[in-house]
Amino acid sequence: MPTKPDLTLDRPGDGAADGVVDTVVELDDLSVHYQLAGGALARLFGLGARTVKAVDGVTLGLRRGEVLGVVGESGSGKTTLGRALLGLAPATAGSITYRPREGRPRIVSELRGAALRRLRTDLQMVFQDPSAALNPSMTIADAVGDPLRIHGVAKAPERRRLVAEALERVGLTPADRFLGKYPSDLSGGQKQRVVIARAIILDPEVLIADEPISMLDMSVRAKILELMLGLKDDLGLSYVYITHDLASAKFFCDRIAIMYLGRVVEIGPTAEIFAHPRHPYTQALLAAIPEPDPDRAVARDLPRGEIPDAAAPPLGCSFHPRCPQATPTCGWESRDLRALLEEHWTRVHPDQYAAERAVIGDLGGLDAPVTSVELGTGGAQKVRSILDRARAENAEEPLWQGVEAVEDAGSGVRVRFHPGVDPALRRAGGVDVACVLYPEDAGE
Amino acid sequence: MLKLARRLWGTKGLARWILLIGIIITALFVVLAIFAPWIAPYGFAQNRAGGVRLPKLAHPSGYFPFGTNDQFYDIYSRVVWGSRTALEVIVLSVVFSIVVGVPLGLLSGYAGRVTDKVLVFVMDALYAFPSLLLAIVMAFLLNQKVGNGVVAAALSLTVVYVPQYFRVVRNTTVSVREATFVEAARALGAGPFVIMRRYLFGNVVQSVPVIGTLNAADALGTLASLGFLGLGIQPTEASEWGYDLNRALDDAQAGTWWPALFPGLAIVLLITALTLVGEGLNESLNPALVRRRVKPATFDREDVPVLAGDEVEVPDLSEGNRP
Amino acid sequence: MSALQHPASDAVVTARDLRVWYAGPKGPVRAVDGVTFEVRKGEILGLVGESGCGKSTLGRGLLGLLPEGAARDGSLVVGGRDVLSMSAKEARRLRGGELGMIFQEPLTRLNPLMRVSDHFAETLKVHEPRLPRKEIERRSLEALRVVGIPPTRFRAYPHEFSGGMRQRIMIALTLVVRPAFVVADEPTTALDVLVEAQIIRNLHTLRAEFDTAMLLITHNLGIVAEACDRVAVMYAGRIVEIGDAREVFRNPQHSYTRELLRSTISLETDGLHYIDGAPPDLVAPPPGCRFHPRCPDAMVVCAQRTPADKVLAGGSRVACWAAEERAGVSGLGPHESAPLEREEIGVADEA
Repeated sequence: MPTKPDLTLDRPGDGAADGVVDTVVELDDLSVHYQLAGGALARLFGLGARTVKAVDGVTLGLRRGEVLGVVGESGSGKTTLGRALLGLAPATAGSITYRPREGRPRIVSELRGAALRRLRTDLQMVFQDPSAALNPSMTIADAVGDPLRIHGVAKAPERRRLVAEALERVGLTPADRFLGKYPSDLSGGQKQRVVIARAIILDPEVLIADEPISMLDMSVRAKILELMLGLKDDLGLSYVYITHDLASAKFFCDRIAIMYLGRVVEIGPTAEIFAHPRHPYTQALLAAIPEPDPDRAVARDLPRGEIPDAAAPPLGCSFHPRCPQATPTCGWESRDLRALLEEHWTRVHPDQYAAERAVIGDLGGLDAPVTSVELGTGGAQKVRSILDRARAENAEEPLWQGVEAVEDAGSGVRVRFHPGVDPALRRAGGVDVACVLYPEDAGE
Repeated sequence: MLKLARRLWGTKGLARWILLIGIIITALFVVLAIFAPWIAPYGFAQNRAGGVRLPKLAHPSGYFPFGTNDQFYDIYSRVVWGSRTALEVIVLSVVFSIVVGVPLGLLSGYAGRVTDKVLVFVMDALYAFPSLLLAIVMAFLLNQKVGNGVVAAALSLTVVYVPQYFRVVRNTTVSVREATFVEAARALGAGPFVIMRRYLFGNVVQSVPVIGTLNAADALGTLASLGFLGLGIQPTEASEWGYDLNRALDDAQAGTWWPALFPGLAIVLLITALTLVGEGLNESLNPALVRRRVKPATFDREDVPVLAGDEVEVPDLSEGNRP
Repeated sequence: MSALQHPASDAVVTARDLRVWYAGPKGPVRAVDGVTFEVRKGEILGLVGESGCGKSTLGRGLLGLLPEGAARDGSLVVGGRDVLSMSAKEARRLRGGELGMIFQEPLTRLNPLMRVSDHFAETLKVHEPRLPRKEIERRSLEALRVVGIPPTRFRAYPHEFSGGMRQRIMIALTLVVRPAFVVADEPTTALDVLVEAQIIRNLHTLRAEFDTAMLLITHNLGIVAEACDRVAVMYAGRIVEIGDAREVFRNPQHSYTRELLRSTISLETDGLHYIDGAPPDLVAPPPGCRFHPRCPDAMVVCAQRTPADKVLAGGSRVACWAAEERAGVSGLGPHESAPLEREEIGVADEA
């Protein structure tokens, strides 16, 4: 049974600041940035490489014995976060600290080489694709026993015993049947059990599970989740459960952190997150989940667009271009204007599109992330009327609140937006949320 | 092994015949090579028998099935002993090339960055050299140190073929390196050498047998060329077909065909046989090309006649072969 | 549904006892083994099942995209034409035109070296060769507009679009030729949940504007509940239950449907349920009802005789002895309806 902490004792989001909470892994402003080499031409001309901020300043703590869910869509950075926890992805800034039950705390982000490899006896990973996670040319016995070999923990006969024990623990009984098999002889669920056996054989304290059930059939998912819950209680493990599936996270996790474009936008106890989702993104995720319940009406007010490019994130709050509840100071910029115009043009007649396009000209000038941009080449009056038409189509579009002024400029207009605010996590009710809708210091 | 044999047998059609013919002919030469002392009536440098000089340029006859050449050697014996030389050199050079090329490829592919760039540069440069020229240069250089016997010839050839193995293994390593199970191995705490040995090696060497056989064919050609140019193995060290061909050139113009025909035929046959084996192996082992004999699906029903069909070539979708 | 005996006049696709068998080393693989269904104009039929049930094979079988050695049998009528007896040439013309297809990974269909406009031009040239260039452009832009792709992106390359937009381009490419029937094979599986909702909306638009009939193949029961009018549940090559989506979800009749719904983890889940065992080998499937080795309601007859399709109260068509027994229409004696004794299924046989 999952252990749901008492709400009154709960202090989600913070590290082990006060001694009450027993944190086993602590992330402090962790960032993982990747350099994208530019295209061949860019390199030729010495243009700068772009930086992908896969994880951008994440602070949270994994408590001992809990299941912390990290939920996000693709591009949210959750997978990179999981890799960074294990030292498989290098931390560009910030730190990851591991506090074992016995012994000194170790700073994972600073470990290298052999010291980092030794850490792997305490922190382990379960992967998404069980077929890909097992070496096709190794038998099950070899695969599960390899951690023992690598760390020199036991000799051959002892290894065999430990491997059999691990297999039995994950439900692969009788173990003899599976020892000599190859991964291709097993089914998906069985392979995932092998991966779990391999992960627990060194008796770790923390298990990072990256979408462990998403590639398995429906009828087996529950079994594997049940196995993982049982192991957690039996072996005293703490889990980080990375997924895009909110439904399984709701069942499995004690606390949930919602990630968007490298940041944590909301974090709190599972029950509270689902009962009262605060961040508009969380609300959207919950509303969009297809439920096998035909009586449930499909939400109509879903955010538009898709998760943006992590190499060129939106100004201000990264979610603002898609947010139905955005405010004037959420970071409106020229790229939002481009998106708005393009959307407008999907709704008008082709002739009108052609006419308007002639007035506006090339939209390429709107691609820079700036709050003040020139628009149009056909005359200020005409450009303004186009903007008015677009506004009339949808008066509630939040972008218009973000426009500070529209001035005549050259053969077009200059549109200026209010400068945006990038909200940090703040307390709101029982959760922490990164949204200006919940003002800081508002208290409970 | 059994699994392999079964797979080879399951190959359909032309590929099977190719493989079979190649294997049979190669086996023939292997037998000649191994049992040379018993098969060949004379030694490879023997120009006397019972105190009497052997005849010069004698026609093929009962005593000398392939005749004799202008050095008083029995051509039949030279051909038989030549098999031994050829196979020794080929096997040695292929083994050396693999022993050098595969680990380097694995290392280069896994290490990446500077190591990779440097090694690739070196190997590409070697590969760009015309193979014969490279072999000649190596033969010259090695002449001082190792003489000019079988080992020297094998070493000269090694340098020529190392880049091939290097390339193939390196490229495969670069792609397998990104596989999840390698990341999983890292997550387990495996160091680079463990990963290379236990996780990468078995999964990147699939092409090596095929390259090895095709390589062997090419190596023989290069060896013969070296011998033809007089830079290979000297006749007193061992019998070498290329060298014999060279000696036979002048005689051929005079109308004596047998000193040229038989060594030449031997070269052509063995090269062809090795190539057939290589191509056949490729067809059998390459999962993308494997074809299995399977009957097309038919619907047995009492009221509907069974649709019999000819056997059809069907991609092998069984467990081990799924792409 | 009595409609099966007298096919509705607006049925776009009618399949009767359709079989699609693959050639396999140990004998034919009976991936689709006798399915009967129809899809009417403007209707979305969901086809749901786990891996290995044959749903993808059925999708491909309908389109004729099968590997060598595979064979089809039974009856398949699309737009009034008998597909199984068509020549290869005719079948090819049908594909991509009247018979549209949307696949899981749009990148596999879009040529990275061709602009989006070229894709449309190529598609229209094949299926409506005499169309003038201006008309091609007009229709293409119209199709893109319907799925929400702005005309400014008409001449862009596929890699300049995100995953969701590429899927929408795929849908636009399908609908530009006004197909009568579309097979969508896991169209949203590779997409995020917010984008998924958008794509489902696009599919509904397709249906609303063009009256397109659609077969939506997926393993995600939630998508089916949201997007489909009727649903067919497949197991081991057979359709075990088919009926109105709401009805099937509210009152599942077949034991497999019920168990599948129970094992799906949704926001309402409060306990873990699963089905023991694994789907059967399709080369030699078990006798009688194919689900009987794993079925909690299995009776003696289930291992002996295959249940026939019956339409039960509520309108769903089901092939299940236990369901018939519950409804009182099975006509089974006491021996046959006694619970089946089986060995316990261990992890060694799990999926």
